[in-house]
Amino acid sequence: MSAIFSRQSWRVVGELGRRSVKQTFRRPQLMAPLIIFPTLLLAIQTGGAGRAVDLPGFPPVESFLAFMLAGAMVQSTLLAGNSGGIALAVDIEMGFTDRLLVAPIPRFSIVLGRLAGTAALGLFTAIWFLAIGFAFGVKFTEGPLGVLVMILLVIGSAVAFGSIGAAIALRSGSASVVQGMFPLLFVILFLSTAFFPQDLLLEPAQTVAEYNPLSFIVDAVRDPVVFAFSAEDMLKGLLGLLVIGGFGTVLAARALQHRLRTGG
Amino acid sequence: MSHGLRVDMSTIRAMIERSRNELLRVPGAAIPGVLAPTIFFLGLTAVFGSLTLLPGFDTQSYQSFLIPVSLMQGAGFTGAATGVNLARDIENGLFDRFLASPAPRWVLLTGLVSSASLRALVPGTFLFIVAMIVGANFPGILGLIVAVVAVMGMGVVAACWGVALALKFKTQSAAPLMQAGMLVLILTTTAYAPQELLTGWLAEVAQINPATQVVEMARQGFVGTVTWSGTWPGIVTLIGLIALLGAWALRGMRRTAY
Repeated sequence: MSAIFSRQSWRVVGELGRRSVKQTFRRPQLMAPLIIFPTLLLAIQTGGAGRAVDLPGFPPVESFLAFMLAGAMVQSTLLAGNSGGIALAVDIEMGFTDRLLVAPIPRFSIVLGRLAGTAALGLFTAIWFLAIGFAFGVKFTEGPLGVLVMILLVIGSAVAFGSIGAAIALRSGSASVVQGMFPLLFVILFLSTAFFPQDLLLEPAQTVAEYNPLSFIVDAVRDPVVFAFSAEDMLKGLLGLLVIGGFGTVLAARALQHRLRTGG
Repeated sequence: MSHGLRVDMSTIRAMIERSRNELLRVPGAAIPGVLAPTIFFLGLTAVFGSLTLLPGFDTQSYQSFLIPVSLMQGAGFTGAATGVNLARDIENGLFDRFLASPAPRWVLLTGLVSSASLRALVPGTFLFIVAMIVGANFPGILGLIVAVVAVMGMGVVAACWGVALALKFKTQSAAPLMQAGMLVLILTTTAYAPQELLTGWLAEVAQINPATQVVEMARQGFVGTVTWSGTWPGIVTLIGLIALLGAWALRGMRRTAY
């Protein structure tokens, strides 16, 4: 237990986190899904479905871009979690994780280091999409405090999705298995309120979106841009993060234990 | 038919058969090209289906409006995969053996892109069945033929693009560029909404993007009736794109030493 709180352990977490950020920036195949793909989709969907704001039942928003920004951010963190999982699986395949396992460092720092890197990428994507919002004239209704809340929620969702990616990587030890999750991420995304208001989604997406934790997170991120703070949405968002992050952490811990017990 | 041409045709046929064997022996390789457009089709229709309520939308069925785009996406991914496969053949030295053979470069290119145009029918058929199940309009026999021509044509365009990039970069790492290029080409059209309902930069880009003509050509039967005036611009565009990208790929092939 004392190992968790020692300064050396956190130094290891920091170093591994820094390594994972560098790794992402050095490999275009890890970086592309994080920034390029969500940005491209944001640009195309904003232009392609921009007139959706005229639909009866669409919440009053300043622009479709303002509405979509939260969806793009959460989409990016979802992909960041997957990319982090792929990178961890590559480390396992190359034997780097084995070397860490025999090093005199706490085991939790291996996963936490990766998640620290994913959190940093979450911060990067939040800033990226906020910059896009500012550049294209989105007015953030809750001002700087709202922007700060958005950034924190985006970092939180990156960590939560990162824990799921890490769990799959640790359990499978295969980058292609984690990569194979990519289409599934889009299923989860389409069945949420990431891109459209829940009332205007078609069935069965409308019903699924109502209970999808991703919808809770997106709505909490969206509030400070489009509407105003809502305690209910914020609590739901935090609950969504807790559910996903908690589930991912338990799975990752069990996968790590399994790997240590069986050696692969 | 002269003897030389007959030999060239048999080489093209052999390359198509090689591609077919690959598909039969590794069916999993076709899954990404089928799965991604299908997920996008089902997801986007569920998300943006209400757009048909906007005045000016030319159909009440978003499935019918979107399916041609997904067909093009499937063809685009499959065609781009030809480029990835060629990059793999370059990396492992197999393509050097093709180049050392007496087959002319244009024959090798024709073999590659012909197989891509046929393979594009795999995701196309699957997507079409899914679209019919979820309620898209049947385009009629003529509409279906036009859609098949558009799918096969887009498969050739994507294959030429993928082959040109594979010959330039000579690595499978160029795969995201091959796929992203096709994705951008297809989605920056009237993919999500009719031209009059597009906003901002996309409205301008869709107007000048040649792929818009191909999407509109494939869409005709699904949302209305097939007309010659709605078909010929798409055919001319496909011929133009194939000539342009085919010439680029052929140039790359001629400049590749073995």
